[in-house]
Amino acid sequence: MKITRYGQLAGVALVGTLALAACGSDTQNTAGGSSSPSGSSSIDCGTGSLKASGSTAQANAMSDWINEYQTQCGSGVTVDYQGVGSGAGITDFTNKQTDFAGSDSSLKPDSEQPKADARCSAGPAINIPMVGGAIAITYNVQGVSKLTLTSQAIAGIFAGKITKWNDPAIAAANPGVTLPGSAIISFHRSDASGTTDNFTQFLAAAAPDVWTFQLGKSWTAPGGQGGKGNDGVSTGVKGTPNSIGYVELSYAQNNNLPVTAVDNGAGAVEPTADTASKALGQAKITGTGNNLPVKINYNIKDAGAYPIVLVTYEITCEKGLDAAQAKLVKSFLTYTASDAGQSKLSTTGYVPISGDLLTKVRSAISAIS
Amino acid sequence: MTVTPTTTESSSAPAPSSPIRGRSRRRGDQVFSTLSMLAGILVLAIMAGIAIFLIIKAIPALRVNTANFLTTSAWLPDNTPSVFGIAALAFGTVVSSLIALLLAVPVGYGVALALAHYAPKRIAAALAFVVDLLAAVPSIIFGLWGLAWLMPRTEGLFAWLDTHLGFIPIFHNTLGVYSRSLALAGIVLAIMILPTVSAISREVFVQAPPAHIEASLALGATRWEMVRMAVLPFSKPGMISAAMLGLGRALGETIAVALVLSATFQINWHLTEPGGNTFAANIALKFNEAGINGQGALIAAGLVLFVLTLVVNVVARLVIARRAEFSGAN
Amino acid sequence: MATTTQSPTGQAPHDALAGGQLPRWAPWACAAGAALAAVALIAVLPVDGRAQTLLLALLLYVGSQTAWSFAVEGRRHAVDRLATTLVYAAGVVALVPLVAILATTIVQGLKVFDVYFLTHSMRNVSPLRPGGGAYHAIIGTLEVVGIAAAIGIPIGLLVAIYLVEYGSGKRLARWVTFFVDVMTGIPSIVSGLFIYTGLILTLGWERTGFAGALSLTILMIPVMVRSTEEMLKLVPNELRESAYALGVPKYKTILRVVVPTALPGIITGAMLAVARITGETAPLLLTMFISASINFNAFTGPQATLPTFIWDQIARGTPASLDRAWAGALTLILIVVILNLMARLFGRAFRVK
Repeated sequence: MKITRYGQLAGVALVGTLALAACGSDTQNTAGGSSSPSGSSSIDCGTGSLKASGSTAQANAMSDWINEYQTQCGSGVTVDYQGVGSGAGITDFTNKQTDFAGSDSSLKPDSEQPKADARCSAGPAINIPMVGGAIAITYNVQGVSKLTLTSQAIAGIFAGKITKWNDPAIAAANPGVTLPGSAIISFHRSDASGTTDNFTQFLAAAAPDVWTFQLGKSWTAPGGQGGKGNDGVSTGVKGTPNSIGYVELSYAQNNNLPVTAVDNGAGAVEPTADTASKALGQAKITGTGNNLPVKINYNIKDAGAYPIVLVTYEITCEKGLDAAQAKLVKSFLTYTASDAGQSKLSTTGYVPISGDLLTKVRSAISAIS
Repeated sequence: MTVTPTTTESSSAPAPSSPIRGRSRRRGDQVFSTLSMLAGILVLAIMAGIAIFLIIKAIPALRVNTANFLTTSAWLPDNTPSVFGIAALAFGTVVSSLIALLLAVPVGYGVALALAHYAPKRIAAALAFVVDLLAAVPSIIFGLWGLAWLMPRTEGLFAWLDTHLGFIPIFHNTLGVYSRSLALAGIVLAIMILPTVSAISREVFVQAPPAHIEASLALGATRWEMVRMAVLPFSKPGMISAAMLGLGRALGETIAVALVLSATFQINWHLTEPGGNTFAANIALKFNEAGINGQGALIAAGLVLFVLTLVVNVVARLVIARRAEFSGAN
Repeated sequence: MATTTQSPTGQAPHDALAGGQLPRWAPWACAAGAALAAVALIAVLPVDGRAQTLLLALLLYVGSQTAWSFAVEGRRHAVDRLATTLVYAAGVVALVPLVAILATTIVQGLKVFDVYFLTHSMRNVSPLRPGGGAYHAIIGTLEVVGIAAAIGIPIGLLVAIYLVEYGSGKRLARWVTFFVDVMTGIPSIVSGLFIYTGLILTLGWERTGFAGALSLTILMIPVMVRSTEEMLKLVPNELRESAYALGVPKYKTILRVVVPTALPGIITGAMLAVARITGETAPLLLTMFISASINFNAFTGPQATLPTFIWDQIARGTPASLDRAWAGALTLILIVVILNLMARLFGRAFRVK
């Protein structure tokens, strides 16, 4: 008798689960929350499922692109991008788990490129620059709403050589600002990241005498506090008075964090899409053919150019993907490199690719087969 | 290893009966005991697989390491030359887990006793449900909550410890910053392992022989004397097992610690200062962006964590073995 | 202070056999006195804050009650009162973090937790803007945890049965016991690594919900074995012997007598094991491919789960995605509560009286 009652209970639970399974939906009420499909199908749509993974720095840009792409192409196509980090993204790609990888740095010619080429079998793996970005320096000092730091001062602070907020090196760049005499607490990324990689490359290029530590994705300087991810650093800075840290510009903008202007010898420059774009315009392509790794000039001294920038790539096969997947990759990347795709970037704090580089990017994508 | 699937007990147990029933009986026994033994062998196979894989992946990275793996407090395996060592990780892991045990075990036993022998049935059922609920909170939420809710509330306590007990090194704080410390991570871990400790020991306390309990009460023992003389001796192996399960969870806890700690590679005895790192958190923080050497180095760290838990468990087993005479299965 | 009026009756049973006894209102009096004294002392002592005041009051309460009891009732009763107070205090201490976590999760989670959240996926929702839901992740979690439990619980149960019923004293059983202990110490991320390198890299499996479930199974088995083993050991040998004496074969004794007797404990252990893996994030990040869309098939293609959904939304770091992360956490806790309640009801239904 008792067991019958519990059997009934199980039945009710089962029916409830089935009801739940029946009423779920992929379709959103609000038209995707994104811009309405103006100009309709300017996208050459594919069908099927596309998988990609990699850099967390471009994850938000990817989401916007995927939403727009899926909205315009309908339910026949699904694109999934997992922000796992550049290193894991490249590993996934070389192990044929994904169709392309997102990475903050191009394939290393000696170790990563051969493995990626091997995965593509019929053709080389290519680096396609797709998203530009900037790294902003956020701070938390009571009563200071506007702050400028020279490259030397930034390197000094993060190297632990400048320890007080009223240090002359900081005060000189901020006339009229009352700085406290308290100790500076600096936050860096505790996880390995492309953001740290680009930030330390900037420090080494702009202040080589102060920044003598090894470069790389892991933070190597002594001292300071660690935070996991952009959110870890920003919560750390928000919660600790007299602290400073570095985060991606898109993250800082989306969360309204206070950021410093950077003076690399040509006056103070606020981090924005425009000022970062100016610095990225000077990036040089170092690859050959359709492989387009770029070299950034971190020590840029042009007026109005924000020097702490980064480029993130999509890495895929020029030839050698399954025919269906190649078509899908080409269709998706053609959209992301189009004017419509690139113009989406600046609304979320990223920096569009432009000029000669963009032309080369588009011709590289059209060569995918 | 030659183990006959039918045990001596099972062949001696059935009383003499008709030959047909006996054979079917024995076949059922044979199938069931073989099945259960295969499950046991599967555990060994999984463990062997993991151990072999860890060692194979760790050796190349250890070969190119230019620093002493055991005594170095740095983690730069992808640099040239490759430099990494586990000293700071081992320190952080052991200290945070010990803090967790010190806090969680007494409270956990207390809760279990309250549930089993003190609180009225209705309240005990509610409290038991609530404690089980605590076990269900995902570790990622513990991390978020530890940062957002717990950290601001412990800063005052740590500052107070610093001012009044600062002459003891572990309470001293040279920075005046009381956030993201090993002590905080220890408290978060303590909360996380509390349900494990209390749920297992509750089950053991409940199983104490009623005859002993009633006998001690009949002899005029107070409730505490009853617990001390009838419940605790019977439950000791289970209590140790509960603490060990808790320690196992604390040692390997990943996401919550990675979120709460400000990861640094220093051995710092000032436990309320920010900084510190653990094996598991370091793997989670570094694995995604690690190169080939970096992955190998992290797997080597995982191997050490493995050995660490192994030692803890062997010690625990020895303790339990000495107390075996109290085991319920006699 | 209604209890004060009962004081004459409280003192009444005062005979030679029972010895001295504190009046029934004694704990209340001690509590009130301790609270007053604590408030008074706060002004003098170098402490501040509500938590410290509370702690001081508790210490004073315990101290005064024990001392009073010692004077009137003697040492044994003083110790008993002290132990009782500490045991109840432990219960209260355990409640504090839980209430705090639940309150935080509910308050933060209810911001976007509604029917829409439960019945819609994240497909075509920008992480920067509000909207979307966790339906795809709920489906994924139920499937992945379901598969893991379906594999892990029987294996764990069988291993425990082998250790307690068949293997005692055997060398194989000693090895299994030892390695089950070691297995409890496997960091969750290492089990993910094992599946990742073993099955995905070496055998070329796709990253799917099933791979995720296997990594969770590894974490679940030792918890299941250890708790089940403990419960089986507590089944009195007399029960087994009486079954044998009645001519019941051993496997039937185990299935019909031993396991049912230990069932409530086994279910608690299974619940703990399921609870441990339901919120596990790290291994799933390596073994599954996160998706924003619904996928009912755990054996092929990308699939989301609630922990990876929460992790993903936290990493996005915008106010809208943090709200979704908390709502996802609330959903996860609710699912576990429902599973918990069901397991309890079943446990009660099958309990041997």
